[in-house]
Amino acid sequence: MPVEPVLEISELSIAYRGAAGDVRAVERVSLSLRPGEVVGLAGESGSGKSTLAYGACRLLRPPAVITGGSVTYRGRRLAGRAVDVLERTPPELRELRWREIAIVFQSAMNALNPVLRVRDQLLDVVEAHLSLTKLDARERVASLLDLVAIPRDRLRSYPHELSGGMRQRVMIAMALAVDPEVVIMDEPTTALDVVVQREILGQIVELKQRLGFAVLFITHDLSLLLELADRIAVMYAGQLVEVASAHAVHHGPAHPYTQGLLNSFPSLRGARRELAGIPGSPPDLRSLPAGCPFVPRCGFATDECTKIDMVLRAVPGARDPGHVSACPFVAPGAQAPDGKGTVSEVAS
Amino acid sequence: MNRISKGARAHEEARTLHAVVESTAARRGPLAMRAGGLCKDFAIGRGRGRTVLSAVRDVSIDLHRRAVVALVGESGSGKSTVAKLLAGQEQPTRGSIELEGAPVEVSGRRAFRAYKSHVQMVFQDPFSSLNPVHTVRYHLERPVRLHRALGEGVSAEDVVVGLAEQVRLTPAQQFLAKYPHELSGGQRQRVAIARALAAEPSVLLADEPVSMLDVSIRLEVLGLISELRDRYDLAVLYITHDIASARYFADEALVMYAGEIVERGPAEAVTQQPAHPYTQLLVSSAPDPDALGSVLRSGTREATRASGSALSTTRGCRFGPRCPFVQDRCRVEAPPLVAVASDRAAACWRLDTTAPDLVSARGGGGVEDMTE
Repeated sequence: MPVEPVLEISELSIAYRGAAGDVRAVERVSLSLRPGEVVGLAGESGSGKSTLAYGACRLLRPPAVITGGSVTYRGRRLAGRAVDVLERTPPELRELRWREIAIVFQSAMNALNPVLRVRDQLLDVVEAHLSLTKLDARERVASLLDLVAIPRDRLRSYPHELSGGMRQRVMIAMALAVDPEVVIMDEPTTALDVVVQREILGQIVELKQRLGFAVLFITHDLSLLLELADRIAVMYAGQLVEVASAHAVHHGPAHPYTQGLLNSFPSLRGARRELAGIPGSPPDLRSLPAGCPFVPRCGFATDECTKIDMVLRAVPGARDPGHVSACPFVAPGAQAPDGKGTVSEVAS
Repeated sequence: MNRISKGARAHEEARTLHAVVESTAARRGPLAMRAGGLCKDFAIGRGRGRTVLSAVRDVSIDLHRRAVVALVGESGSGKSTVAKLLAGQEQPTRGSIELEGAPVEVSGRRAFRAYKSHVQMVFQDPFSSLNPVHTVRYHLERPVRLHRALGEGVSAEDVVVGLAEQVRLTPAQQFLAKYPHELSGGQRQRVAIARALAAEPSVLLADEPVSMLDVSIRLEVLGLISELRDRYDLAVLYITHDIASARYFADEALVMYAGEIVERGPAEAVTQQPAHPYTQLLVSSAPDPDALGSVLRSGTREATRASGSALSTTRGCRFGPRCPFVQDRCRVEAPPLVAVASDRAAACWRLDTTAPDLVSARGGGGVEDMTE
């Protein structure tokens, strides 16, 4: 029997209201996160990844409006009760945020308050959500730093005294401060060096196994997700175009956009591949073309593509039963007629 | 170790290193820029607490026309300082820079401007390297007027339109009228490249030109630089922390750690068979989709090690504190850059352990032999 998802986003639509019309940043996106699972959300800048995640936590302010759909949260602490996040009043939301769903924000360089010591910022989180004695709260904060392998004497440091990697670890410690069930990580390692990035990712995986939270990991670097995530959702122009296990995405990507992404990064190992990248740039969300929004950049595009309905369908013949793609025409491993946006043979 | 053998060793090093530089040079176009033994020291603190940080120590780079040299390293390794030295924005503490065979003296405004028309830079962040209150046309027209002698019947406008088309900002007229905020990151970086080309340089210094861009856009920009290198006979220095992109994009790779070159050689060889422990760490840190059940999956992690120190008081190998192969000798004596193959060199005392294949392939003259 399948495990019930801890966070279920269904048919969520979010738009930015503007004088020139709505920018439909997220369009009917459904995504679920099971307990202890790492789901990767990949896509280019402006594809709506962050908007989706922040919208699901109701962190967006006008002009952003949620125009449809629902977000359901089922945590252990809520004893099986399902909570509709979109229906909650502000005080109810406050109980939910951080205690149940925490976020590691993009760019740790700016997310910490530069004039407060690390200890005070962590204490603030702990005291806001837990009722502990002063002594216990301090002990908890110190143990949080242990968790992310930062020496305790750094508690008295200001953010500028820490390296980029350490600041990012403090952000992770802060997200884990009150033991959440879901942690959303928005490009947590983008600004870091590869070596530090790897250390932090290793730490995230270890903490996840120890504490059992689920992770929604947002990044534009698909190569990272292939190694890190259990499942990967690929987003383009506000819509999901493919969802599959990391293994299926790596060995049999179905959507041409996913194939393009996979063919965009140089690999260090194995034979040199012919890299194609994805020609062109993402579409204007104010005036999306009819049918599939990827058509102008797609090597497989035909007239049929402008008439299709963008829904995720099971990929025929896929080994992963949960493998869905928005493209009904292209089969995994297909070659584009004009050669652009194809995936060349990956060493098996 | 006695004094005589030390002198003999230094001589041997100089000879082998020279051989390395010579053999890589043979395959390229003519030499455009040569930097020899570059050092840059920064003073930290005042009075008694004053120490010297040697941000760049003894870095030698040859930039040939139609060749891309990648300078790979983590933040703080001194790669951007090298770019600033080469661009004439900082004065080296020691060492020499030659442009087309002539020593470079950049003193005063006029000399700096003349130098700039030969050596141009592309910066990391296209969001802050373009002036938000000016159009694309202004950004391209200014360097054209400053650096180019326009012939009869050639207007600056023609040149500017040509530049925009070169970097595939088409239709040019439409893009030239735009302001930076109306462009995507990739388009902005292409404006920055066009701006650099406007001066008709012989050397292009690209400081992390794609690290702020989306993965899907990176290839396009790197491909564009490659194409322009061939068309304009450019010598390119590509500074990056992404060693995988160096494999695809560069001919030669130099790996920098704490201000020093620790390994150099053909990009493919350095990335496929890294000799120095630091290069090995960089290569193993790159995401590897094929490694199922990898470090990330199993969640085991290495202990976080201290980063290397570039303080001049540091003794021994600067990578020592993070190195899994560290020995007593590494803590006392800094390893020199020695040849490990005809076109490769690495600075490590433990090459017989870290790269046994390379050392044995060389036969006879092992690394240890030179020191006895």
